Amino acid sequence: MIAPSSLPRLLHAASERPLTLSQHESAFGSATITTSLLEELEASGLTGRGGAGFPTAQKVRLIREQRGHSKFMVVNAMEGEPAAHKDQALLSANPHLVLDGAEFLASMIGANNIAICVARDNPTVVNHLERALHERSRRSLRGPRLELHTPPWRYVAGEESALIHWLDDNESLPQYRPRRPHILRIGHSPALVDNAETCANVGLIGRYGAAWYRTLGTLENPGSTLVSVTGAVERPTVIEIELGTTLRSILHSAAADPDPSAVLLGGYGGTWLHARHLDTPYNNAALKNLGVSTGAGVIVVIPKSACGVLETQRVVRWMANESARQCGPCAFGLPSLAEDLTHIAHASRDAELAYHRLIERCGVIEGRGACRHPDGVIRFIRSALEVFDVDFDTHMHGAACAGSRATRHYANVPSLEREDELIWE
Amino acid sequence: MGMRRRSGTFVLQVNPILCDGFGHCAELAPELVKTDEWGYPIIVNEPVPLANVAAYESARYAERGCPRQALHIQRFSEKKPH
Ligand code: SF4
Ligand code: SF4
Repeated sequence: MIAPSSLPRLLHAASERPLTLSQHESAFGSATITTSLLEELEASGLTGRGGAGFPTAQKVRLIREQRGHSKFMVVNAMEGEPAAHKDQALLSANPHLVLDGAEFLASMIGANNIAICVARDNPTVVNHLERALHERSRRSLRGPRLELHTPPWRYVAGEESALIHWLDDNESLPQYRPRRPHILRIGHSPALVDNAETCANVGLIGRYGAAWYRTLGTLENPGSTLVSVTGAVERPTVIEIELGTTLRSILHSAAADPDPSAVLLGGYGGTWLHARHLDTPYNNAALKNLGVSTGAGVIVVIPKSACGVLETQRVVRWMANESARQCGPCAFGLPSLAEDLTHIAHASRDAELAYHRLIERCGVIEGRGACRHPDGVIRFIRSALEVFDVDFDTHMHGAACAGSRATRHYANVPSLEREDELIWE
Repeated sequence: MGMRRRSGTFVLQVNPILCDGFGHCAELAPELVKTDEWGYPIIVNEPVPLANVAAYESARYAERGCPRQALHIQRFSEKKPH
C-alpha cells in the first residue's frame, strides 16, 4: 500500500477531475474491511469534522450497541455554511475516499444502507457523486446499498436531526431532542450521521491504521483537516493543513491578508477571534482556552479597513432568515437581534438603546430553541461585541465608521430570500 | 410512596417546536414560568425540589393545561452521596 507520508492526505493525488475508482485504488490501495476497524478508529483519536468535534469512535459505539437489524449510515455533505467549501472540494477531488469511509463505518455499526446527502443546489457535486456511485455499482453487489439523497440547501438542513427528518419524512426541519445523547432514527432504524470529511478520514484510518494517522497533528487532536479560507484573500481556497498549525501560517499559505483585524472561526454560528491571537495553533485543544472551536473548518479573514459591526449585522440578518421558524424564541428572537444590529450598524439615534437591548435579548433567547441555531447566532454576536468593541463604540456615539460605508463585504452571505420562497422539502 | 416522591427534584420542560406561545403556562405556574416579549415561556432552569409541593402542583396544572401539550415534567431522583 502507498500511504501518503506527508500532506496532502485527504486531497492526495487530486487533480482537475475527481479520481475515478481505478485511479483512486491505484493511488490509495484497495479498501479491505477488517475486524479491528473500531479499535483502530478509537486509537486514532479522530473527532468529527462537521462542527461539534465529538469523538467519532464513541458515536460509532453508541449506534453499534443499538438493537435493530436495519441501520443507516448517513454521510452529511450538506455544507450549510455559506463560507465553507471543504466538503465540496473533497467530493470534487476524491468522492471514493468518502465512500470508502462510509463503507467502513457502515460495517462497524452493521448498517445495510448508506445515504449520502448533498444539497441539490450544488449540481456539480451531485454529478460527481452520481458518477462515483455508478462506478461502484458495477464493481460488486455485496455490501450495503449506497444511495444519493439531495435535500434542499438551507443553513439548518445540515443539522443532523434535520437531515434525518428529511430522510424520514422529506422535511428539512430540526427535531426536538430533550435528552442527549439522542439516537436518531429513520423509521425505527438507528442512524449514524457523519460529516463527509470525517468519512474520508475514516477511509484513511481503515487502510493505514491509527499509528500512521497519528504521525501528523498533536496528541489530543491528531491528523490533518481541511479549512475553507475566505474573506480578505486573493481567492477563496480550501487547503489541507496539519492540525496544530498556527493560524498565521494558515493565512500565509492561503495567500490571505497578513495583517487582518480579526478572523471568524468555525462558521456563521462560530466565533470572532481578535488578530492578536493569530499565533494560536489551529486545533480544538488550543482554541478552547479562547472560547473558540474549529467548527466546520471555516476561516473568514476581515481586514482592518472593514467594519466589524456591519459584517456581523449582515451575517446575523441572513442567519435570522434561515431560522426554520419552528420555535418562537428563534423565529421572533433572531430577527429582533438582526434589527438591533441594524440600528447600531447605521449609527441611528437609538443605537445605544439597541445595544443594551441586544445584550439583554441574547440572554433571553439562549438555549431556548429545539436546535443549536439560535445559540450559534448568540455566540457569534457576543464574540463580535468583544472583538469589535472599538467599532461598536464608534457606532454608538453617532458616527458610522469609514469601513461601514465601503461597498466590499468580507463575510459572504447569499442574497436574502423572502419567507414564502424558502424551500424546506 | 409519597415520601419517596418528595425526595427528588424536577424541571418543567417545553418542546419549543410544539409551543405556540399563548402563555397559559405562565398563568398556571407563575412561580416557574415567565414569558418573553413575544409571549413564549421562559421556564426556571434549575431543578426544583419535589418537596416544594406548591410549585410541583403548579407544574402539574401547566402540564395538563397546555393546549399544545408542549410541556413535560422531568423528574430527577436524588443521588444519595453516602
Ligand atoms: S431553534 Fe430555530 S432553527 Fe432550530 S428548530 Fe427551532 S426554529 Fe428551527
Ligand atoms: S401553555 Fe403550552 S403552548 Fe402555551 S405558551 Fe405554555 S408551553 Fe407554549
